[in-house]
Amino acid sequence: MSQIVENKICDSQEMGLILARIAEEIVARNQGHQKLALVGILTRGVCLARRLQRIIKDRSGRELPLGILDITLYRDDLSHATHHPVLRKTEIPFSLDDATVILVDDVLYTGRTVRSAMDGLIDFGRPQSIQLAVLVDRGCRELPIAADYVGIEVPASPQDRVMVRVEESDGFDLVTVNPRSSFEGESANGI
Amino acid sequence: MGFKRKDLLGTRDLSAVEIRTLLESAESFKEIAERPLKKVPALRGKTVVNLFFEPSTRTRTSFEIAAKRLSADAVNMSAATSSVVKGESLIDTVDNIQAMAPDIVVIRHRYVGAAHLIAGRIGASVINAGDGANEHPTQALLDLLTIAEHKKLEPGLTVAIIGDIAHSRVARSNIWALTTLGVTVKVCAPPTMLPRGLEEIAEICVCRRPEEALVGADVVMMLRIQLERQDRLLFPSIRDYARIFGLNRRRLELARPDAIVMHPGPMNRGVEITSEVADGERSVILNQVSNGVALRMAVLFFLGGQGA
Repeated sequence: MSQIVENKICDSQEMGLILARIAEEIVARNQGHQKLALVGILTRGVCLARRLQRIIKDRSGRELPLGILDITLYRDDLSHATHHPVLRKTEIPFSLDDATVILVDDVLYTGRTVRSAMDGLIDFGRPQSIQLAVLVDRGCRELPIAADYVGIEVPASPQDRVMVRVEESDGFDLVTVNPRSSFEGESANGI
Repeated sequence: MGFKRKDLLGTRDLSAVEIRTLLESAESFKEIAERPLKKVPALRGKTVVNLFFEPSTRTRTSFEIAAKRLSADAVNMSAATSSVVKGESLIDTVDNIQAMAPDIVVIRHRYVGAAHLIAGRIGASVINAGDGANEHPTQALLDLLTIAEHKKLEPGLTVAIIGDIAHSRVARSNIWALTTLGVTVKVCAPPTMLPRGLEEIAEICVCRRPEEALVGADVVMMLRIQLERQDRLLFPSIRDYARIFGLNRRRLELARPDAIVMHPGPMNRGVEITSEVADGERSVILNQVSNGVALRMAVLFFLGGQGA
């Protein structure tokens, strides 16, 4: 993809600082919680959750269990999706009953992904609470959902495209915001 | 990329990409069977009609469980309790079902092409759950899913299919799907149970004796001898069949040391397979059944999620 028109919001170094800060906030807010767990939403939410897990382990020595959630089966637009999304594997290898779950995603936009994710999580048990951590909050919510931990706020209109790239899946860390027209055909982050 | 069809009628015309897409998705659906709450909302509000004109327990139940785990409403109709016994034609039955606006119709019928006929007639997606001796695509795909748990589905793999090839839609669907993926297929059957010209339509190796098919096989797929067809005398006696073609431990030793044993069910223990082998450590027969649900969930999801 052409990078000429991309407006950079944050690079690898800044992303590192942001995640360290979010990790700090998660630990501070949940001190004393025995059953604390991270669950990443595929794909980039999982990469970010893994990084948070590593930072928290380095800082506090505490290793939080990590789950992977595919929300495809919980989407509210399945019957009018034009092409069929590929289903990936959900892996939550620990009990969610009475746990405090930190749900992690890259971009918070309409809130529909988070709603799907909460429906999915609740099918696995009854968490004591669910908190939401996102790298970017771009606004324009369609559902009454707010994040507990926000990396950067990027107020963007629905015509803009906010892209998060992470090294694990894209080869490099970068957050950009662009007018949609310059990225026709590329899949949006979030639904 | 992916799977974009209205119907699943057979494996013969499926591409390798389509087969792998279904298998990959099915792999993800396996996990749902291990959840405390075995249900996801993907097909909420969709109606799946199971239309079985032939007896079936496993396949019908499997489709029903798959549909219900996806939150679809599954309705079963079997020929014995339907208006078919009152003389209604297949087309009239199907027209009536279509009038009730189902999203997916799963059909098993004794005549070849029944599912194709219906697919061309109704707006709902049609899944062929067996049409005569022609095809049974979901069985072949669940077999592939089971093989993939143990082996790499690629050129170099050898699958031996032994039994009544001529009357087996399972064999046919497996042959098409496996050869599409470049897997070597060896078949073996008594001459009366071998369709003529098989080697000309599919790239397979036809063996005269089961020993020849077993040597070097990574997967041994035994087929059911259809005892109900025995009035046509396809071999002298069941005992002779078991002696010459049955899979026992001694014969299984000819296959690769890590070969797995499969059977689509229902088994005639002591005829095509001994209990020792069927219940042995290399048998994956019950895994096939578990995988059947995941695979059918994948198929229903792809067909039903696209909107009518």
